[in-house]
Amino acid sequence: MPRLSYRKALTRALADEMTRDESVFLLGEDIRVAASNVTAGLLKKFGPERVIDTPLSEQAFTSFATGAALAGLRPVVEFQIPSLLFLVFEQIVNHAHKFPLMTGGQCEVPVTYLVPGSGSRTGWAGQHSDHPYGLFAHVGVTTVVPATPADAYGLLVSAIRHVDPVVVFAPAGAMDVRADVDFAALAPVPIGKGRVHRAGTDVTVVAVGHLVHDALAVADELAGQASVEVFDPRTLYPFDWDGLVESVSRTGRLVVIDDSNRSCGIAGEIIATVVERVRLLAPPARVTRPDGAVLPFAPALDRAVQPGREQLRTAIQLTLKEG
Amino acid sequence: MIRSDPVRLYRTVRLIRRFEERALDLVRSGAIVGGIHPYLGQEGIAAGVCAALRDDDLVTGTHRGHGHVLAKGADPARMLAELLGRVTGLNRGRGGSMHAADFGIGVLGANAIVGAAGAILTGAVWARRRRGDDLVGATFFGDGAVNEGMLLEAFNLAALWRVPVLFVCENNGYATTMPVDGAVAGTIPGRAEAFGMQAAVVDGQDPEAVRVAAAAAIARMRAGGGPELIEARTYRFDAHHTFEHVVRLDYRAPEEVAVGRSRDPVEIAGGRLGDADRAAVDAEVEATLDAAVEFALASPEPEPAGALEHLYASGLVARTGDA
Ligand SMILES: Cc1ncc(C[n+]2csc(CCOP(=O)(O)OP(=O)(O)O)c2C)c(N)n1
Ligand SMILES: [Mg+2]
Repeated sequence: MPRLSYRKALTRALADEMTRDESVFLLGEDIRVAASNVTAGLLKKFGPERVIDTPLSEQAFTSFATGAALAGLRPVVEFQIPSLLFLVFEQIVNHAHKFPLMTGGQCEVPVTYLVPGSGSRTGWAGQHSDHPYGLFAHVGVTTVVPATPADAYGLLVSAIRHVDPVVVFAPAGAMDVRADVDFAALAPVPIGKGRVHRAGTDVTVVAVGHLVHDALAVADELAGQASVEVFDPRTLYPFDWDGLVESVSRTGRLVVIDDSNRSCGIAGEIIATVVERVRLLAPPARVTRPDGAVLPFAPALDRAVQPGREQLRTAIQLTLKEG
Repeated sequence: MIRSDPVRLYRTVRLIRRFEERALDLVRSGAIVGGIHPYLGQEGIAAGVCAALRDDDLVTGTHRGHGHVLAKGADPARMLAELLGRVTGLNRGRGGSMHAADFGIGVLGANAIVGAAGAILTGAVWARRRRGDDLVGATFFGDGAVNEGMLLEAFNLAALWRVPVLFVCENNGYATTMPVDGAVAGTIPGRAEAFGMQAAVVDGQDPEAVRVAAAAAIARMRAGGGPELIEARTYRFDAHHTFEHVVRLDYRAPEEVAVGRSRDPVEIAGGRLGDADRAAVDAEVEATLDAAVEFALASPEPEPAGALEHLYASGLVARTGDA
């Protein structure tokens, strides 16, 4: 089977949707030459009318996309840095997201916001290493964080076809993942549907984005001691609560690994919701960035504040010991 | 309306004036909750600009937005019902005074965030033209908005991409209590000129003068010209917001208010009509508004169970907040 990289999967999703639907177009900084490599080849294929380089005016081009969506087009907006989402949080939340309700259902805002390389990029330091998916889940904007090439393809396709705004986080830690993929089998992945990557019976590990791969590795390492189920939500909002509850109901234990700050992070929401619905055998655990973390520059420090395999192993063992 | 139509222009300013006066009564009676930002004194701007637009052209308004929505042709009864939060309102009671929208007639919404709508309208006009609709747009904003980065970014995008948007600055001398002199370095037309846009200053109290300036700008835009700006000098006759009727804020000297109110767009437009014509328009407007008030007050309030209807165009039903 041919191998597909996560990055190429995103490119392929963009190309397929642009071919299928004339109303899809791309907006972003340095996307003609594909500085992030995600839009590679698209200018040549679709021309400058559909692959549009913008001035460095994130707030205006984000709302420009809102207007274009209100008028019937399907913009995909690429952001060079995850923290640019802080700059345009107002435009996405206060306008794109709120328009359907505030207008009493008079409009749709089908915009896709694509962040290639979210989270730590190693060595890019404090202002380039954020992972603000929890913010969007909090305000109720559809948020997807694919972990694998096939899901990157399928979720980006679904995001573009979706009638509401969708933020697509493509974690830096997953961008170089490659997988054997049957190209003919690439298909849209439904928004709001999680996936059990690895079946297990003793504990459910929920892993977000690139951390799915760490969770799978840890599950393999622990295979002799415990049977670990790895659940990848894929979409953080709306979350596949039924899928997760089904898993935890079988295993009775829950550990979450989430690359965002602890306080009000998605891990807290996942645990809260599960304990509302399932009687666990042991207290749940989470592995996250520390409260209020700013990623420091030096590689060892950068790694020190990201959730890692060692911490995950410890957390799993802790929940297994209790109960 | 390329040619002058004094009766129509007077009808629009008179309609907005009397609509606002009735809305103030309904604020005082408690029927309208949350208050309003009255457009009193500024009616000539919305009336003049919208008289120069075609039905299919697009507009966005502001927090002081009733006049823009009415001048573009919204049904006053449904507009009033919206202010009362009734299901028959333009936004089914989901928007209220600051978010009234009527997509069917090209009103992409009043917008409560100062300076936010310009980029949205620019994107919408650009998208519609790209889809083959030969239309233009007008976006209204106050003097406070000219210090908002996102609006200045929108100036740049519109000018760069030659999107035919008329940027209409309603300079009423104050952003809430902040005088223009205390807030604006340089000039308002100068901001547009810095982006290569043509800019004009007009007497916003004279609806015909506004119409003439807008018609000239729009004719140039329809002929392939880029965006333009009009600074309409005006005066707000009443409060920034009706909360000022309760809490007196000391920022405009009574003498200044008297001078400001002495140039009344309703009198200026009305003075160009014969007595009989004017009386006929007045009677027609009263009858329209009598019916509007009756319709709005008789309309049902929305069911609380449907409070979050239209939150997602996809129909996604959000989790409730209870146990
Ligand atoms: C971005 C933003 N900042 C602050 C406010 C609060 N606010 C509402 S209206 C207003 C004043 C706006 O002044 P101006 O643009 O001149 O319009 P006017 O009220 O005079 O019509 C302010 C500060 C807001 N709604 N949006
Ligand atoms: Mg003002």
